[in-house]
Amino acid sequence: MKTKIITLISGILFGFGITISQMSNPYKVLNFLDVTGSWDPSLALVMASALLITIPGYLLILKMQRPIHIESFDLPTTKQIDLTLIIGAICFGIGWGIAGYCPGPGLAALAFNWKEAFPFLIAVIAGGYISDLVMRAMNK
Amino acid sequence: METDFTPYFSIIGGALIAFSVLMMLAFNGRVTGISGFIHSLARGKKSVDNGLFIAGIILGAFLYMLFNSGSVVVREDYSILLLILSGLFVGIGTRLGSGCTSGHGICGISRFSLRSIIATMTFMLFGGISTYLIRHIF
Repeated sequence: MKTKIITLISGILFGFGITISQMSNPYKVLNFLDVTGSWDPSLALVMASALLITIPGYLLILKMQRPIHIESFDLPTTKQIDLTLIIGAICFGIGWGIAGYCPGPGLAALAFNWKEAFPFLIAVIAGGYISDLVMRAMNK
Repeated sequence: METDFTPYFSIIGGALIAFSVLMMLAFNGRVTGISGFIHSLARGKKSVDNGLFIAGIILGAFLYMLFNSGSVVVREDYSILLLILSGLFVGIGTRLGSGCTSGHGICGISRFSLRSIIATMTFMLFGGISTYLIRHIF
């Protein structure tokens, strides 16, 4: 129960943060990505501000023996830098640059622009399944 | 549409996102990757946790609207086909690459993961190329 409450509160903070920073405003995202056009560096500051807190924060927290509410840290273990990672990042970048939404801001936009957010998110889920099918076919 | 440089809102927003990410690690021992939450939820994995965080994001955005709905920009004229195409690429890419702006860009970089640093540089670069092509070429 305690972990669930933390998850919900973290989610709320995250959604509030995305919305106040306007990462969920696709004009702002596209103006950040469009360096040659009407460039707006705001989103670089969102990331810089977040990282300035999370980098020292992660260092400190990961020195703890265990997280407060569960027995151990559950961190990603893959270290490999392979084609799957690169092709994935390329596809994600292409998609992000087409409409200006990444997954978090897409979810936040459900609150005020569901006409854009809903079809985007359904396509994200569908894309996830397409990628699973392709990976399965390639592994055969 | 041109947008104003909004440094204060950016810094406040970034800090709130950071606190959220740090709470998840300190209390629940998890990294915060939104694309991972979405793909896992779609597969019925850890549904309650993933669902709660996702619901929280939507709720947080609603809460902000209560305080300051005037500053929220709603785009209305964008092509639905481009939105779907964009979503498909984002879905395929985040699944293959195991992360998005939050999982790689914030949590991964904070763990000094080389994978995440390379992924972040790659999707930033291709985001720029893609926006350039959409806006100035096609």
